[in-house]
Amino acid sequence: MKYTSQAVAKPYFIAAMGLFVAQVLFGLIMGLQYVIGDFLFPHIPFNVARMVHTNALIVWLLMGFMGSAYYLVPEEAETELHSPKLALILFWVFLIAAALTVIGYLAVPYATLARITGNDLLPTMGREFLEQPTITKIGIVIVALGFLYNISMTFLKGKKTAITSVLLLGLWGLAIFFLFSFYNPHNLVRDKFYWWWVVHLWVEGVWELILGALLAFVLIKVTGVDREVIEKWLYVIVTLALVTGMIGTGHHYFWIGAPEFWHWWGSIFSALEPVPFFAMTLFAFNMVNRRRREHPNRAATLWALGTGVMAFLGAGVWGFMHTLAPVNYYTHGTQITAAHGHMAFYGAYVMVVITMISYAMPLMRGRAANSNKAQVVEMWGFWLMTVSMVFITLFLTAAGILQVWLQRVSETPMSFMATQDQIALFYWMREVSGVIFLIGLVVYLISFFVKGEEQAA
Amino acid sequence: MSSTFTTSAARNIFYGGAVFSFLLFLALTYQTERVLPERDQRAQLDNPQVVAGKRIWEVNNCIGCHSLLGEGAYFAPELGNVYKRRGPDFIKAWMQAQPTGAPGRRQMPQFNLSEKELDDLVAFLKYASEINTAKWPPNIEG
Ligand code: HEM
Ligand code: HEM
Ligand SMILES: [Fe+2]
Repeated sequence: MKYTSQAVAKPYFIAAMGLFVAQVLFGLIMGLQYVIGDFLFPHIPFNVARMVHTNALIVWLLMGFMGSAYYLVPEEAETELHSPKLALILFWVFLIAAALTVIGYLAVPYATLARITGNDLLPTMGREFLEQPTITKIGIVIVALGFLYNISMTFLKGKKTAITSVLLLGLWGLAIFFLFSFYNPHNLVRDKFYWWWVVHLWVEGVWELILGALLAFVLIKVTGVDREVIEKWLYVIVTLALVTGMIGTGHHYFWIGAPEFWHWWGSIFSALEPVPFFAMTLFAFNMVNRRRREHPNRAATLWALGTGVMAFLGAGVWGFMHTLAPVNYYTHGTQITAAHGHMAFYGAYVMVVITMISYAMPLMRGRAANSNKAQVVEMWGFWLMTVSMVFITLFLTAAGILQVWLQRVSETPMSFMATQDQIALFYWMREVSGVIFLIGLVVYLISFFVKGEEQAA
Repeated sequence: MSSTFTTSAARNIFYGGAVFSFLLFLALTYQTERVLPERDQRAQLDNPQVVAGKRIWEVNNCIGCHSLLGEGAYFAPELGNVYKRRGPDFIKAWMQAQPTGAPGRRQMPQFNLSEKELDDLVAFLKYASEINTAKWPPNIEG
């Protein structure tokens, strides 16, 4: 760690991991409700568990991005962070807002939460992923603005690199597109149309800039390859991401009432979206193969390579599988979607945040890398989580194919609920894989506490 | 990558490509807004029941279990076409009968909606079922 202010990243990373555990626990509750329908009912209905699961995911990834930026930007800009104090205040604001929101979800019926938080004044609640009370959304905007101010001031007073430029563009884009969450027209088609400006333009747009920048940063550090080479790759990757992903939004406009020219625009452009993800895989492997040093943090290198591979599989391959309009006609809104959502979020964003944590955390704790023993435990965590996520994805894909067949392709289509009964076996297997995922997460967290011989930073 | 392809060239292609893609996306959005009135049943929004029904849909987080036009959760049936599949009376009776309490079966909460709220919700679901969705879903089961 070159600048003391980089250390503000630490609480962000710790809170992110805490929320990750909560996310997975609620995932397991839902997974059980899929097969034992009345599990925990009426105390935690499925929709409540789902809000906690997905919102915790989004919030901890945002915490991870913020922590990463607080660590990365001073180092790249070669100057202290503009205001470490502001970063710490915003951390507590964000954490408390997130905690209060989750308590709200769990403690009172959602309609009550909507009433007491004044949803009537500016109705934004009740849409997937954007379930947060309007006041929470306003809180997120305030935290984001303070964060962007802090990071941008640091950027402006220091050295400007390609990595920080791309990262800042991604972070500003993240905040700007989030503003569409306040737009909730009565017209359902327009509501859905602009809802995707948050969701799709995040994960298949501006977040890819953040992903590319973080990966590039860690690769420079662990491989020692020339910055020049890495930055060129970064620009090429993010160009491909935006050129395919922006118009690729159309893959969500096939069946929601939007005009049918989107069947062509959406299919063609989104079919090209795997290209930047494939480039990322090549990038990671190429840089590691051309490395000029043996960095003692082998775990971080493993996470970086894993991000490349798993993002390509989850987003690229599983995305492509259902992105062409004639295929999506059958798979739209089935377990195929859930399979893809899981591996893509894990492979791209969970893994890149952990890559940053894996690289930066030892340095913030005053060592170049964790002890060999700790790294071995961390790598066990990597493999357990990654392999079980592959199995979660495969089981959901199998469930999805059967679901499509029984409910949508068949000459004598079964009802939704009857179909669900038929595929319960796959839901059980998903749940078992989920338990192994949780074990992997616990092993990963234990690795932070494993001692052993460490090299000073 | 070859040395004739400089970082500053890569950067310029990035900014150029991003701006161009965004403008193209805005143009397609503009065209979408022009075509939408033929497809999105907006005349029905003059009916205050439809507007109120959408709010009831939202504040009870129905999307947390169900999908609507294929988006949302996958735990419970598609509701974009439930008006056509089941009809208004069934929908109201269903809402009032929840939860079934059948052991082991997936449960839907009781939302305690008034008669008026139930009518509003049905009006909203009728509106949703009449949006032109390019013939999706493939069959009535959703
Ligand atoms: C890291 C990047 C990505 C993430 C995190 C991600 C995540 C998701 C999630 C969570 C959904 C479900 C949204 C909902 O609940 O309605 C979704 C839907 C979808 N994604 Fe992705 N995705 C990524 C990249 C891609 C790519 C590259 C493609 C295409 C090649 C793609 C194609 C699709 C399609 C077609 C759907 C709609 C599925 C449906 O009709 O039900 N995704 N994605
Ligand atoms: C490990 C155990 C996990 C289990 C059992 C689990 C289970 C579930 C279930 C049952 C749903 C709801 C599906 C529905 O709407 O019907 C869901 C949604 C979701 N989960 Fe998980 N999950 C787990 C881990 C994760 C992880 C690690 C991630 C992130 C990488 C994640 C990301 C998501 C996302 C993005 C959605 C929304 C998907 C969509 O809308 O298509 N889950 N999960
Ligand atoms: Fe998308």
